[in-house]
Amino acid sequence: MDQLTAQFTGQVEPWVVLSFSAVIFVIGLAGVLVRRNILVILMSIELMLNSVNLTFVTFSKQLHDMGGQLSVFFIITVAAAESAVGLGLIISMFRTLRSVDTDEIQLLRE
Amino acid sequence: MAISPVFFYLFAAVAILCSLMVVFKRNPVANAFSLVLVFFAFAGIYAMLDAHLIAALQVLVYAGAIMVLFVFVIMLLNADVPSFDLARSHAVVKVASITGCLVLLGLFIWAFKNTTFHAPIANFTPENVEAAGGNTRVVSELMFSDYILPFELTSVLLLGAIVGAVAMAKRKAGPNLPPGYRGKA
Repeated sequence: MDQLTAQFTGQVEPWVVLSFSAVIFVIGLAGVLVRRNILVILMSIELMLNSVNLTFVTFSKQLHDMGGQLSVFFIITVAAAESAVGLGLIISMFRTLRSVDTDEIQLLRE
Repeated sequence: MAISPVFFYLFAAVAILCSLMVVFKRNPVANAFSLVLVFFAFAGIYAMLDAHLIAALQVLVYAGAIMVLFVFVIMLLNADVPSFDLARSHAVVKVASITGCLVLLGLFIWAFKNTTFHAPIANFTPENVEAAGGNTRVVSELMFSDYILPFELTSVLLLGAIVGAVAMAKRKAGPNLPPGYRGKA
Protein backbone atom coordinates (compact mmCIF):
# COMPACT_ATOMS: atom_id res chain seq x y z
CA MET A 1 0.00 0.00 0.00
CA ASP A 2 2.86 2.34 0.86
CA GLN A 3 4.40 1.54 -2.49
CA LEU A 4 1.13 2.37 -4.22
CA THR A 5 0.91 5.72 -2.43
CA ALA A 6 4.51 6.43 -3.36
CA GLN A 7 3.68 5.75 -6.97
CA PHE A 8 0.95 8.34 -6.93
CA THR A 9 2.86 11.01 -5.04
CA GLY A 10 6.35 10.38 -6.36
CA GLN A 11 8.52 12.56 -8.51
CA VAL A 12 8.97 12.80 -12.25
CA GLU A 13 12.31 14.31 -13.16
CA PRO A 14 12.03 17.46 -15.31
CA TRP A 15 14.26 16.01 -18.00
CA VAL A 16 11.80 13.13 -18.46
CA VAL A 17 9.01 15.57 -19.24
CA LEU A 18 11.28 17.57 -21.54
CA SER A 19 12.42 14.39 -23.31
CA PHE A 20 8.81 13.34 -23.76
CA SER A 21 8.08 16.63 -25.48
CA ALA A 22 11.22 16.12 -27.62
CA VAL A 23 9.86 12.72 -28.68
CA ILE A 24 6.59 14.30 -29.79
CA PHE A 25 8.51 17.06 -31.59
CA VAL A 26 10.60 14.51 -33.49
CA ILE A 27 7.52 12.48 -34.44
CA GLY A 28 5.98 15.66 -35.83
CA LEU A 29 9.19 16.50 -37.70
CA ALA A 30 9.26 13.01 -39.21
CA GLY A 31 5.68 13.51 -40.32
CA VAL A 32 6.55 16.76 -42.07
CA LEU A 33 9.54 15.15 -43.80
CA VAL A 34 8.05 11.79 -44.77
CA ARG A 35 4.38 12.35 -45.56
CA ARG A 36 3.09 13.79 -48.82
CA ASN A 37 -0.51 14.50 -47.78
CA ILE A 38 -0.61 18.21 -46.96
CA LEU A 39 -3.37 17.75 -44.37
CA VAL A 40 -1.16 15.36 -42.43
CA ILE A 41 1.77 17.76 -42.76
CA LEU A 42 -0.35 20.49 -41.16
CA MET A 43 -1.33 18.09 -38.36
CA SER A 44 2.34 17.27 -37.79
CA ILE A 45 3.09 20.98 -37.48
CA GLU A 46 0.39 21.16 -34.80
CA LEU A 47 2.12 18.28 -32.99
CA MET A 48 5.43 20.16 -33.04
CA LEU A 49 3.78 23.32 -31.71
CA ASN A 50 2.21 21.31 -28.90
CA SER A 51 5.51 19.79 -27.85
CA VAL A 52 7.09 23.24 -27.71
CA ASN A 53 4.17 24.36 -25.52
CA LEU A 54 4.86 21.50 -23.14
CA THR A 55 8.52 22.53 -22.94
CA PHE A 56 7.45 26.09 -22.09
CA VAL A 57 5.10 24.89 -19.35
CA THR A 58 7.73 22.57 -17.86
CA PHE A 59 10.32 25.35 -17.64
CA SER A 60 7.65 27.69 -16.30
CA LYS A 61 6.95 25.29 -13.45
CA GLN A 62 10.60 24.58 -12.83
CA LEU A 63 11.68 28.23 -12.72
CA HIS A 64 8.54 29.47 -10.90
CA ASP A 65 7.93 31.98 -13.68
CA MET A 66 4.63 32.66 -15.41
CA GLY A 67 6.22 33.95 -18.62
CA GLY A 68 6.24 30.44 -20.06
CA GLN A 69 2.51 30.03 -19.67
CA LEU A 70 1.88 33.44 -21.23
CA SER A 71 4.04 32.38 -24.18
CA VAL A 72 1.96 29.22 -24.53
CA PHE A 73 -1.17 31.37 -24.69
CA PHE A 74 0.29 33.37 -27.57
CA ILE A 75 1.55 30.23 -29.32
CA ILE A 76 -1.96 28.73 -29.16
CA THR A 77 -3.32 31.90 -30.77
CA VAL A 78 -0.70 31.78 -33.52
CA ALA A 79 -1.43 28.08 -34.07
CA ALA A 80 -5.14 28.78 -34.47
CA ALA A 81 -4.44 31.57 -36.99
CA GLU A 82 -1.91 29.38 -38.78
CA SER A 83 -4.26 26.44 -39.16
CA ALA A 84 -7.07 28.70 -40.40
CA VAL A 85 -4.82 30.22 -43.07
CA GLY A 86 -3.23 26.84 -43.84
CA LEU A 87 -6.57 25.14 -44.37
CA GLY A 88 -7.63 28.04 -46.62
CA LEU A 89 -4.48 27.42 -48.63
CA ILE A 90 -5.27 23.70 -48.80
CA ILE A 91 -8.77 24.40 -50.11
CA SER A 92 -7.33 26.76 -52.70
CA MET A 93 -4.73 24.17 -53.69
CA PHE A 94 -7.33 21.42 -53.95
CA ARG A 95 -9.46 23.63 -56.16
CA THR A 96 -6.52 24.20 -58.51
CA LEU A 97 -4.87 20.78 -58.56
CA ARG A 98 -7.71 18.43 -57.48
CA SER A 99 -5.25 16.84 -55.08
CA VAL A 100 -3.85 17.22 -51.57
CA ASP A 101 -0.54 15.66 -52.55
CA THR A 102 2.51 17.88 -52.22
CA ASP A 103 4.19 16.14 -55.15
CA GLU A 104 1.57 17.71 -57.42
CA ILE A 105 2.77 21.21 -56.57
CA GLN A 106 5.12 21.67 -59.50
CA LEU A 107 3.62 24.52 -61.52
CA LEU A 108 7.02 26.24 -61.79
CA ARG A 109 8.41 23.20 -63.63
CA GLU A 110 5.93 23.43 -66.49
CA MET B 1 8.58 17.77 -9.88
CA ALA B 2 5.77 16.61 -7.68
CA ILE B 3 3.55 15.11 -10.33
CA SER B 4 2.13 11.63 -10.25
CA PRO B 5 4.37 9.28 -12.26
CA VAL B 6 1.52 6.86 -12.96
CA PHE B 7 -0.66 9.46 -14.62
CA PHE B 8 2.27 11.15 -16.33
CA TYR B 9 3.42 7.91 -17.97
CA LEU B 10 -0.18 7.02 -18.85
CA PHE B 11 -0.74 10.35 -20.62
CA ALA B 12 2.72 10.21 -22.21
CA ALA B 13 2.13 6.71 -23.59
CA VAL B 14 -1.25 7.73 -25.01
CA ALA B 15 0.26 10.85 -26.56
CA ILE B 16 3.21 9.03 -28.15
CA LEU B 17 1.08 6.18 -29.52
CA CYS B 18 -1.53 8.52 -30.92
CA SER B 19 1.01 10.88 -32.45
CA LEU B 20 2.64 7.88 -34.17
CA MET B 21 -0.82 7.08 -35.51
CA VAL B 22 -1.18 10.68 -36.70
CA VAL B 23 1.95 10.32 -38.77
CA PHE B 24 1.77 6.73 -39.95
CA LYS B 25 -1.87 5.94 -40.62
CA ARG B 26 -3.34 6.20 -44.09
CA ASN B 27 -6.81 7.53 -43.43
CA PRO B 28 -6.98 11.32 -42.85
CA VAL B 29 -9.99 10.95 -40.55
CA ALA B 30 -8.07 8.47 -38.38
CA ASN B 31 -5.16 10.93 -38.31
CA ALA B 32 -7.46 13.74 -37.17
CA PHE B 33 -9.06 11.73 -34.37
CA SER B 34 -5.68 10.47 -33.12
CA LEU B 35 -4.63 14.11 -32.99
CA VAL B 36 -7.64 14.86 -30.77
CA LEU B 37 -6.46 12.16 -28.34
CA VAL B 38 -2.95 13.66 -28.36
CA PHE B 39 -4.41 17.06 -27.48
CA PHE B 40 -6.41 15.60 -24.60
CA ALA B 41 -3.34 13.82 -23.23
CA PHE B 42 -1.39 17.07 -23.40
CA ALA B 43 -4.21 18.85 -21.56
CA GLY B 44 -3.92 16.28 -18.78
CA ILE B 45 -0.19 16.85 -18.50
CA TYR B 46 -0.66 20.65 -18.42
CA ALA B 47 -3.18 20.25 -15.60
CA MET B 48 -0.67 18.13 -13.65
CA LEU B 49 1.97 20.81 -14.15
CA ASP B 50 -0.29 23.42 -12.49
CA ALA B 51 -1.08 25.19 -15.77
CA HIS B 52 -4.83 25.04 -15.38
CA LEU B 53 -5.70 27.85 -17.78
CA ILE B 54 -3.47 26.36 -20.46
CA ALA B 55 -5.10 22.95 -19.98
CA ALA B 56 -8.57 24.46 -20.46
CA LEU B 57 -7.43 26.44 -23.49
CA GLN B 58 -5.85 23.31 -24.94
CA VAL B 59 -9.17 21.48 -24.81
CA LEU B 60 -11.21 24.46 -26.02
CA VAL B 61 -8.97 25.82 -28.77
CA TYR B 62 -7.01 22.81 -29.98
CA ALA B 63 -9.33 19.86 -29.41
CA GLY B 64 -12.36 22.04 -30.08
CA ALA B 65 -11.82 24.73 -32.65
CA ILE B 66 -8.76 23.61 -34.61
CA MET B 67 -9.82 19.99 -34.87
CA VAL B 68 -13.33 20.93 -36.00
CA LEU B 69 -11.63 22.96 -38.73
CA PHE B 70 -9.49 19.98 -39.74
CA VAL B 71 -12.36 17.51 -39.80
CA PHE B 72 -14.49 19.99 -41.70
CA VAL B 73 -11.83 20.43 -44.38
CA ILE B 74 -11.33 16.66 -44.66
CA MET B 75 -15.08 16.29 -45.15
CA LEU B 76 -15.19 19.18 -47.62
CA LEU B 77 -12.37 17.90 -49.79
CA ASN B 78 -13.40 14.26 -49.57
CA ALA B 79 -9.90 13.50 -50.81
CA ASP B 80 -10.04 9.82 -50.16
CA VAL B 81 -6.74 9.10 -51.83
CA PRO B 82 -4.62 6.51 -50.07
CA SER B 83 -1.75 8.83 -49.44
CA PHE B 84 0.73 6.81 -47.47
CA ASP B 85 3.52 7.17 -49.92
CA LEU B 86 6.70 6.32 -48.15
CA ALA B 87 7.34 4.00 -51.05
CA ARG B 88 7.10 6.72 -53.66
CA SER B 89 9.67 9.06 -52.17
CA HIS B 90 13.33 8.37 -52.72
CA ALA B 91 14.77 5.78 -50.41
CA VAL B 92 17.74 8.05 -49.73
CA VAL B 93 15.48 10.90 -48.64
CA LYS B 94 13.44 8.55 -46.46
CA VAL B 95 16.45 7.04 -44.72
CA ALA B 96 18.09 10.44 -44.31
CA SER B 97 14.92 11.94 -42.80
CA ILE B 98 14.45 9.16 -40.27
CA THR B 99 18.15 9.13 -39.37
CA GLY B 100 18.20 12.88 -38.95
CA CYS B 101 15.13 12.75 -36.74
CA LEU B 102 16.65 10.07 -34.52
CA VAL B 103 19.93 11.99 -34.24
CA LEU B 104 17.97 15.11 -33.31
CA LEU B 105 16.03 13.15 -30.70
CA GLY B 106 19.26 11.85 -29.17
CA LEU B 107 20.66 15.36 -29.13
CA PHE B 108 17.53 16.72 -27.43
CA ILE B 109 17.52 14.02 -24.76
CA TRP B 110 21.24 14.46 -24.13
CA ALA B 111 20.79 18.21 -23.81
CA PHE B 112 17.79 17.95 -21.50
CA LYS B 113 19.48 15.34 -19.34
CA ASN B 114 22.45 17.63 -18.83
CA THR B 115 20.40 20.75 -18.20
CA THR B 116 21.18 22.32 -14.88
CA PHE B 117 18.25 24.31 -13.66
CA HIS B 118 19.21 27.63 -12.21
CA ALA B 119 17.53 28.98 -9.13
CA PRO B 120 13.93 30.05 -9.74
CA ILE B 121 13.90 33.38 -11.54
CA ALA B 122 10.58 34.55 -10.11
CA ASN B 123 8.50 33.83 -7.06
CA PHE B 124 5.43 32.24 -8.63
CA THR B 125 5.67 29.13 -6.51
CA PRO B 126 2.52 26.99 -6.37
CA GLU B 127 1.82 28.29 -2.86
CA ASN B 128 2.16 31.94 -3.88
CA VAL B 129 -0.01 31.39 -6.95
CA GLU B 130 -2.61 29.68 -4.78
CA ALA B 131 -2.58 32.56 -2.31
CA ALA B 132 -2.93 35.12 -5.12
CA GLY B 133 -6.16 33.54 -6.33
CA GLY B 134 -5.13 30.63 -8.52
CA ASN B 135 -3.40 30.05 -11.82
CA THR B 136 -6.07 31.59 -14.04
CA ARG B 137 -6.20 34.81 -12.06
CA VAL B 138 -2.41 35.23 -11.95
CA VAL B 139 -2.01 34.56 -15.68
CA SER B 140 -4.87 36.91 -16.55
CA GLU B 141 -3.50 39.72 -14.40
CA LEU B 142 -0.08 39.35 -16.02
CA MET B 143 -1.68 39.28 -19.46
CA PHE B 144 -3.43 42.58 -18.91
CA SER B 145 -0.48 44.32 -17.26
CA ASP B 146 3.01 43.21 -18.34
CA TYR B 147 1.97 41.44 -21.52
CA ILE B 148 -0.65 43.90 -22.77
CA LEU B 149 1.23 44.78 -25.96
CA PRO B 150 1.57 41.20 -27.28
CA PHE B 151 -2.02 40.60 -26.23
CA GLU B 152 -3.23 43.51 -28.34
CA LEU B 153 -0.99 42.48 -31.24
CA THR B 154 -2.69 39.08 -31.07
CA SER B 155 -5.96 40.71 -32.08
CA VAL B 156 -4.26 42.26 -35.12
CA LEU B 157 -2.85 38.83 -36.00
CA LEU B 158 -6.28 37.22 -35.75
CA LEU B 159 -7.81 39.92 -37.92
CA GLY B 160 -5.10 39.38 -40.54
CA ALA B 161 -5.64 35.61 -40.39
CA ILE B 162 -9.40 36.00 -40.88
CA VAL B 163 -8.96 38.26 -43.88
CA GLY B 164 -6.25 36.01 -45.32
CA ALA B 165 -8.27 32.82 -44.90
CA VAL B 166 -11.33 34.37 -46.53
CA ALA B 167 -9.26 35.81 -49.38
CA MET B 168 -7.59 32.48 -50.09
CA ALA B 169 -10.59 30.18 -49.77
CA LYS B 170 -12.80 32.49 -51.85
CA ARG B 171 -13.75 31.17 -55.26
CA LYS B 172 -11.83 32.99 -57.97
CA ALA B 173 -13.66 34.41 -60.98
CA GLY B 174 -11.83 32.49 -63.67
CA PRO B 175 -9.43 29.58 -63.53
CA ASN B 176 -5.89 30.67 -64.21
CA LEU B 177 -4.88 27.16 -65.20
CA PRO B 178 -5.89 25.08 -68.18
CA PRO B 179 -9.03 23.07 -67.34
CA GLY B 180 -8.29 19.51 -66.45
CA TYR B 181 -4.80 20.30 -65.25
CA ARG B 182 -3.86 17.68 -62.74
CA GLY B 183 -0.10 17.89 -62.66
CA LYS B 184 2.07 14.98 -63.53
CA ALA B 185 1.14 11.80 -61.70
